[in-house]
Amino acid sequence: MARLVVLGGGVSGHTAATFAAKWLGSTHEVVVVTPNSKWNWIPSNIWVGVGEMSVDDVTFELAPVYKKAGIVYKQAKALSIHPNGSMQSDKPFVKIEFTATDCSGETEELEYDYLINATGPKLNFGATPGLGEGTTLGEHTVSVCTANHALEANKKLRELISEMKSMPDSQKKTFLIGTGHGMCTCQGAAFEYIFNVEHTLKQEGVRDKADIIWISNEQFLGDFGMGAMHIDRGGYRTHSKVFSESIYAERGLSWIVGAHVNKVQKNMITYEKLDGSINTQKFDFAMLIPPFAGVGMKSYDKDGSDITETLFAPNGMMKVDADYTPKSFEEWSANDWPATLQNPTYKNIFAVGIAFAPPHPISQPKKSPNGTMITPTPPRTGMPSAIMGKAVAGSICDMILGKSKTPTHTAKMSEMGAACVASTGKGLFSGTAAAMTVYPVVPDYEKYPETGRDQELTTGEIGLSGHWVKHLLHYAFLWKAQLKPLWRIIPE
Amino acid sequence: MINNKNKKPYEQAYFPPTPSKFTKFMRTCVLWQIFRFVKFNLMITKLLIRSHH
Repeated sequence: MARLVVLGGGVSGHTAATFAAKWLGSTHEVVVVTPNSKWNWIPSNIWVGVGEMSVDDVTFELAPVYKKAGIVYKQAKALSIHPNGSMQSDKPFVKIEFTATDCSGETEELEYDYLINATGPKLNFGATPGLGEGTTLGEHTVSVCTANHALEANKKLRELISEMKSMPDSQKKTFLIGTGHGMCTCQGAAFEYIFNVEHTLKQEGVRDKADIIWISNEQFLGDFGMGAMHIDRGGYRTHSKVFSESIYAERGLSWIVGAHVNKVQKNMITYEKLDGSINTQKFDFAMLIPPFAGVGMKSYDKDGSDITETLFAPNGMMKVDADYTPKSFEEWSANDWPATLQNPTYKNIFAVGIAFAPPHPISQPKKSPNGTMITPTPPRTGMPSAIMGKAVAGSICDMILGKSKTPTHTAKMSEMGAACVASTGKGLFSGTAAAMTVYPVVPDYEKYPETGRDQELTTGEIGLSGHWVKHLLHYAFLWKAQLKPLWRIIPE
Repeated sequence: MINNKNKKPYEQAYFPPTPSKFTKFMRTCVLWQIFRFVKFNLMITKLLIRSHH
């Protein structure tokens, strides 16, 4: 019997574990190690952040689902990987620490035959002074990164709306939404949140008393951390900068781009722009996404010596089969991106979702004259994460079942697409959405010389239909993740 | 007193295209949006098929 250990129960880890359990059957063992007791459909946190959904609407208990699937569930966090075993045994293992209240702090050495690192990101609030401490959100801003953060964001939003209702028309409140550091990713979440806040203020009749400002590390609006895209629409091939600016202008939102927030204080941020200038911006409500980092796992050899650098890149993300040779932006290629997501040193270790180390950004790197890097890091959430999880599960199952000695599936970001649906409001006929698709996520200028993308599958439009898609995705993915009947036919 | 009329053509929101009344109508026209919904889902299906290897 082989044991597959999956570290992390987010979108990619959950997908990998559930498919592996299905394909391997009861002959082999699948173990999920995750510090959380609940699964969270993160895209819908945006609706929690404006009071359209509750925390229970976007989360569910993991234990009963894993019991049904025959998956061993350990509510714990991984501390270190020991890929060569210990002095007593050659069997590789992971050291985990339990987080459940009844056994909090207890540790275990969990042996594995195959390991998937799907730990997701460390929300690195501590990277920006005043944004938070370590992984803890500070007191000056709000976040929508977790369901509980989103709940708190809505509470503060509602308090401010109440205040605005009793305010004279001549007074205004400032809403600041975007990224809280020069190296952030996940602009999409902030992008969706700003439109939902604007929609909520309109519904509450206080839109005229609000200045809403977007702040981002993108060098222009519509970069999205993937070097932007082109959309064929209305007889023109339009750049996503134009598409995005149009959406902001239509709603009366202003924007600050190419910005690294370097300090957050009560009601004010300080930020550096790509031109090197240092500026300040006052706010009454701010939702700033933190930068992501690896979760900080260590790795040790048999004798206890630290081999973290063999397994992990300096940012804490796991090394896989990418080309990590330092290259200039002009030399980047679609082939730099990993295909099998297998660690080059330890062939029984894989990394998926945010946990794998990308070879480089997708957007052009930019540095201010002061030497501050202001560049979005590559997005690897949602759809790409799930595709990677399923592909790696397929490869490992084929290896365990003796069908192959090498990975049989690939999930290369330069050969996969993604959809981003930024919906405003929740009513079936009162909301709209900006729905975008892109193929591939990482542009391939050898295959698609003009724009780097397949224009047939790279689209963007605004309307009710995208809003319905967002609803469909919410219910379909929660259904799928809970392994309800026919879950496997819902695609990743 | 500051003349705000002269400032407007140089504000960032003055440059991007904004939708016409017809475009706004089509965004919420249920019949048209049902067609777009079907088309979007077919395209997503194609995108997914090409993303799994």
